[in-house]
This record gives sequence, structure tokens and C-alpha cells, in this order.
Amino acid sequence: MANIIKIRNISKEYNMGVEIVHALRDVSLDIDKNEHVAIMGPSGSGKSTLMNILGCLDTPTKGLYEFNGLNVSKMNDNELARIRNKEIGFVFQTFNLLSRSDALHNVELPLIYAGVSSGERKRRAKEALEQVGLGDRVTHKPNELSGGQRQRVAVARALVTRPSIILADEPTGNLDSKSGDDILNLFRELHEQGNTIIVVTHEKYVAEHSRRIISIKDGLVESDVEIENSRVPNGMREELTA
Amino acid sequence: MLFFYEIREGIRIAFQAIRANKMRSVLTTVGVVIGIVSVTLMGTALEGMNRAFDESIESIGADVLYVEKFPWMGGGDWWTYRNRPDIRMEHATALERYATVPQAVSPSAMAMSRMSFRERSVDGVYISGTTHRYMEFTGTDLLYGRFMTQAESESGRPVTVLGSEVAENLFNVENPLGQTVKINNQSFRVIGVLERQGSFLGLFSLDNQALIPMNRFLRMYGHRRNITIEVKAGSLELIEETKEEIRGIMRRERRLEPWEEDNFAINQQEMLTSTFAGISAVIGGVGFFITGLALFVGGIGIMNITFVSVSERTKEIGIRKSLGAPKRSILLQFLMESGFICLLGGIIAIIIAYPLSLIIDQVIPTAMPVSIVIIALIISFTVGIVSGFMPAYRASRLDPVEAIRHE
Repeated sequence: MANIIKIRNISKEYNMGVEIVHALRDVSLDIDKNEHVAIMGPSGSGKSTLMNILGCLDTPTKGLYEFNGLNVSKMNDNELARIRNKEIGFVFQTFNLLSRSDALHNVELPLIYAGVSSGERKRRAKEALEQVGLGDRVTHKPNELSGGQRQRVAVARALVTRPSIILADEPTGNLDSKSGDDILNLFRELHEQGNTIIVVTHEKYVAEHSRRIISIKDGLVESDVEIENSRVPNGMREELTA
Repeated sequence: MLFFYEIREGIRIAFQAIRANKMRSVLTTVGVVIGIVSVTLMGTALEGMNRAFDESIESIGADVLYVEKFPWMGGGDWWTYRNRPDIRMEHATALERYATVPQAVSPSAMAMSRMSFRERSVDGVYISGTTHRYMEFTGTDLLYGRFMTQAESESGRPVTVLGSEVAENLFNVENPLGQTVKINNQSFRVIGVLERQGSFLGLFSLDNQALIPMNRFLRMYGHRRNITIEVKAGSLELIEETKEEIRGIMRRERRLEPWEEDNFAINQQEMLTSTFAGISAVIGGVGFFITGLALFVGGIGIMNITFVSVSERTKEIGIRKSLGAPKRSILLQFLMESGFICLLGGIIAIIIAYPLSLIIDQVIPTAMPVSIVIIALIISFTVGIVSGFMPAYRASRLDPVEAIRHE
């Protein structure tokens, strides 16, 4: 069984001075290789905290987190940075590209921290940009690209290290519905190519594009269901029926 | 390899940041520029002083001792020295007769006089009384003619060897050899001209002198005159032995009892060197303290701007961290930025300092060797690294979750 993520009874508490906030209480879940999962919940549900822990940006207060068999919950900052670099590709709601660098350098960035040589970096970054359909926008800076294009640069950046999972936090939140559908469609393709994708969202519509929906509420897993017929993005459906 | 890529990325970011904030970067460097300009000028002036001193000191042989009334090294009561008996010719004669260790002994004395040749005259020429052994004491050669012979020296013949400046002033393009010049209204025949020697510590010109036999000098300027006795040890190993021997002879001549202190001084080049080293260390110390302050102020400016840069780029730090940049890499990025801003300041400073040093050279001797330039650049880069460290360290410790949310 190819278990990428194994979480057992994790809790996260924030000390807010006067009171302790329990963002997560005793959450357990497993995510396998090549799954397409949506983590869904309203704001304040603890889904962002879960996403930060899954993404190794943060560690749980209690409980066990194993990533590819490695105990992440006990790692120090630099070890976590290494896991983020090699194993996780992030896609953020606000794209989070470096505004002064062109698309190519943005995509190259994680490879720099992975110690890949310059020529190899350029080649792989270009390849990733072509994969998301931006082969002709390599030298454009983020402010010369549309929102959808920016998010595709971000997806290319997430793909370029060939990570174990792609973790997307509200990837369509800042996009119009057409561009949003494009991104969801891209995720679907990437999933079909064998990638493991985790999308964190509060939108039912977005969550329904995945194969499994984990609902979080008040720091607890409310439901965890497989979807037989996941939604096909609008644009796609027309293509399929045509 | 990874470290190398991180440094390269750091340099890339540094230049991107400097380019994006040109005005700010240049203004930030002003403090560092002032600091480095003063460091460079300081170093340049000290270097020039040292070189001038080294050149001058060469005219005094390292193995030559000077028996004089006053010690070269400061300290002690001036009046005590002042009241000592003069050094006289009889001491020179005694040293010459009894001393066995040294190679040569030669008395010398100096006076200032007017010299003339036909209708041309020069004031303020240093008239030096010396002996035929003079050439053994100096590193100089004759340009023309010959030096005085032992016979001329001992009998005090009216012959003179001119310094190059005196020869030029009096004779212009004429051949001075065999001509008769007047010193203090007495006639002297020119038998030789010394090659150019330059000035001693920039104070007095060694070329503005005329050498005459000591015996003639004493007849002209008086026998009861304080003189200097130069003693050439012959080698550096013999210096201490020579010193002891001439000290013994001098004490005997002066009839000093064993409990009495020396009432003469035996000077040597080393004393000048160490005195000068002391002076130059004090000047250097004070100068570098002041320039250190300027650099410190400059460094604070750099620290401040790096803090601004870190807080402006908090989001970028978050992004980089989420993509797997380790703490070291973020630290390096900001150290490179502050380091290169300062290096830029260093380069500007040298561009400013170089013409300034040429102007200062008109007043005191200066020299700007490559080593000073390199040291200045290293100092400026170091100031950048040191003052950028605190903000860079803080940046490296930012929490990625918080940093990435920062707008």
C-alpha cells in the first residue's frame, strides 16, 4: 500500500495569550499515492492549519505525522525545508510569485534550493512551463501575465521538482470562473498523469472536482467520502459532449 | 555545490535589489563611502610617510653611531642635556686613536652660510665640516670629480665638494670642477659634486650642502664648537661592541667616575626608526579610531536599510521558505545584499579618494598601493556583512506561515 501521508491523532493549539485555541483536535487520516483529495471546510474550521501541517510549513502540537515513512512531526526547521523542497509542490491562492523575476526564474527557484545545476534547472523549468501551456511566456514577468497564467506558472513551479504531492490552497480563489476551471482542469490532467493532488478549499464546486472530499469542521474531520463521478470542469464537459 | 548555487542566487538577488532601489542604495552607502574615503586617505598618508621615512633613513647607515650631546630619542630633561659639555675634536682624535673595533671615525659639524661664485650667490647653504672618510659613511656617490684626500683633510686645505643643488644654483650649466667659490668670503676650490640625494624626512635638502675639511671648518667657525663624531662599526653585528668600546673611551676622556652617568649620547639609526614607528603608530591609531567611527555610523545605516529590506520582502522570504529555502540560504541572501551595497560604497569611495590623495600629495607625501585599495574593499564588504547580520539573521528565522501571509 503506497501510503504517502499518515496522520495519527494530531492536534494543534495556538496560545493566544488569554485563551488557548484548538485549531485541530485529534485528526487522523491517510492519503495514498495518486489520490486527488479535497479538504473542505468553512473559514475557521482548521483546514488552513491542516494544510500548513500537511505542507510541512508547521508542526503539530501533539500526534504523529509520517510523510513517505519519515516522522515529520519531530523534524527541525531545516529538515522541514528539505521535505518541502523535494516532496511538496505548493500552489497558493495569491500565486505567490516573485514579482521581479520572470516566469522561468520563478519556476527554477525550488531547483536552486535543491542544488540542481544551472543548465539542468533551465531545461526542467522550461519543460514544466510547456506542460502547463506557457512555453511561449518564459521571459514574461508576473505583472505581464493574466491571473490564470500566473497561477499556471505557480503550478509549473510546484511540478518542477517532481514532488510526491501537490498541495493547493484555494487555487481558484483569486481567479474568474473560466481561468479557475482551466486550473481545475490542469489538476485533473496532472492527476491522470499519476500525480497526487490535495486541494484545500471552502467551495463545494471546487471540491467536487476531486475524487475524495475530507470535510473539516471545528478542528475535527466531519466526513471523508469518495466520489464516484467527480465533476468535470464546465469547459471540459462541452468538449466531452461535443 | 548547493552552497555555490545559493551564493550565486544571493548575488543575483542582491543586484536585483540594488537596481530596484538605486537611489536608496546610493544614499545608504554615503556613510560607508565617507568611512572608506577616510580609511583610504589615512592609509595612503601613512604609507607615504613611511616611504618618505624609509628613503630618508637610508642616507644614515644602519651601522653608524653618532656621538653627540643630545640623544635622538626624546624623554629626559632638556636642561640636563643642554648643560652637558660639548663634544670636541679631541674626543674624535681619542676615538680614532684608541678604538679598535670600528671601521672608521669621522668628526662632523654643520653651519649655514652664504656661498658665491663670481656675481652669483646662494644663501642658507649647509656647510658641513668632515674628513676624507666621509664617503665610507654615506650611501651617496660622486657625480663628478673626486673627494678630498687625507692630506687635504688633515691640513684643512680650502677645497669643497658640492651638493647637486648648490652646484646647479651656482654654476647652472658651467663645469664647477676647478672653479673657485667663496664661502663666508673665503675662497675654496671645487673638487667634486655629489649625486642627487633628495631631502631628509622632507625637512632639509641633502643636496643643499657643501662639504669642506673639518680642520678648515673649525678655523672658520671656531674651535670651541659642539660637533658630532660619526663612528662606522663596519657591520650590524659589531654595533653593540663598538658602542661599548666608544662609550668606555668617552668616559675615560671625560674622566667620569663609575657612579656618574654618561654626559654624552651615542645615537643610532635604530633610535630614529623606533621613534618614528611610535609616532606613526599614534597617528595611525588616532586616525583609524576616527575613521572607525565613520565606518560604524555607516554600518548602522546599512543595518537600518537591511531591516527595511527584510520587512519589505517578508512575503518573498515566506515564498522562498515554502519552496524549501533553508535558513542559511535566506541569511546568505541578505548578507550578500548588505555586503554588496557596502562594496559598492567602497568602490565609490576609492574613486573619490584617489584624486584626493593626489591633492594631499602636494602637502605631505602619499602613496596608494594596490594593497590599500584591496584592504579598503575588504573592509567595506566586511562592514556590510557585519551590519547586515542582525537583520539577515532575523529574516532567516521568520516563520514561513506568517511570512507568506504578509502583504
